[in-house]
Amino acid sequence: MSMDVIATFAVAICLFVGAIFSLVGSIGLLKFNDSMTRLHAPTKVGTVGVGSLLLASMIHSYTYGEGSMHELLIMAFLFVTAPISANFIAKVNMHKRSCDTPPSPPRDGTWSTYNVPEEDRELAEADTSS
Amino acid sequence: MVKIFHWLLPHPFLTLLLAVVWILLQNQVSAGMVVFGLILGIIIPRATASWWPDRPQGIRLTRMVSYMVIVLWDILVANVQVAWIVLTRPNSKLRPAWVVVPLDLVQPEAISVLAGTITLTPGTVSADLSDEGHSLLVHALDTDDPDAVRDQIKERYERRLKGIFV
Repeated sequence: MSMDVIATFAVAICLFVGAIFSLVGSIGLLKFNDSMTRLHAPTKVGTVGVGSLLLASMIHSYTYGEGSMHELLIMAFLFVTAPISANFIAKVNMHKRSCDTPPSPPRDGTWSTYNVPEEDRELAEADTSS
Repeated sequence: MVKIFHWLLPHPFLTLLLAVVWILLQNQVSAGMVVFGLILGIIIPRATASWWPDRPQGIRLTRMVSYMVIVLWDILVANVQVAWIVLTRPNSKLRPAWVVVPLDLVQPEAISVLAGTITLTPGTVSADLSDEGHSLLVHALDTDDPDAVRDQIKERYERRLKGIFV
């Protein structure tokens, strides 16, 4: 088998794996019925889904034309930003009280999301009840 | 001499990282691009140094690389596990739980790396930090033993991170 054929197969497999994981991520988003569990499906399955598609793009670009390293950067930025967006969604869930109340921390007063300054208490109450 | 070096390069590793990112963005390696990347790598950390007052003095690169390899492997395994749970487990049999992880780490940089790692790996999302930063709140997708999850996070990731940031 020549290099081209092997590369084509590799690209096809990567695309397939990426598509499967992205699909599973979307199914998870639809299937789970609680806002916190719903968060799990896209944050994790998304990274391998997108990563696999990017790997396919990289193999393709190196076999059939100008090689490209941009995919590595996309991966790096994705891995840095995905946890932050997940963290913010989790914080919103806690703030809106739309999930089970977490146990209180052992050494400190409370979780930082619940630590509302005195003058903002009323605003926070109005926000959670709406 | 050492002082000048320290003033010019507050974070030698960040300088290198910025230069590499610049070269990757260009998609081609040429002498001019390397020089420009290094100039950027010197100017940006210098200009932002005052916003990083308590930065870690250095990181151990070899341990960082082995940590990244472990995390990448865990991400792959975790993806298959989570995909399996999504496809086969009915909602009623799911056992989500809150896990409280007491932290031994103190540097904010180390804690954010730990929180990011937790979010990217096996069925766990880091949700919040306690108001004085001594514990981390983690949500687990499906577990029958929250204590085991906590011990695994402490043993597998936190212990290694303590050796990375000096």
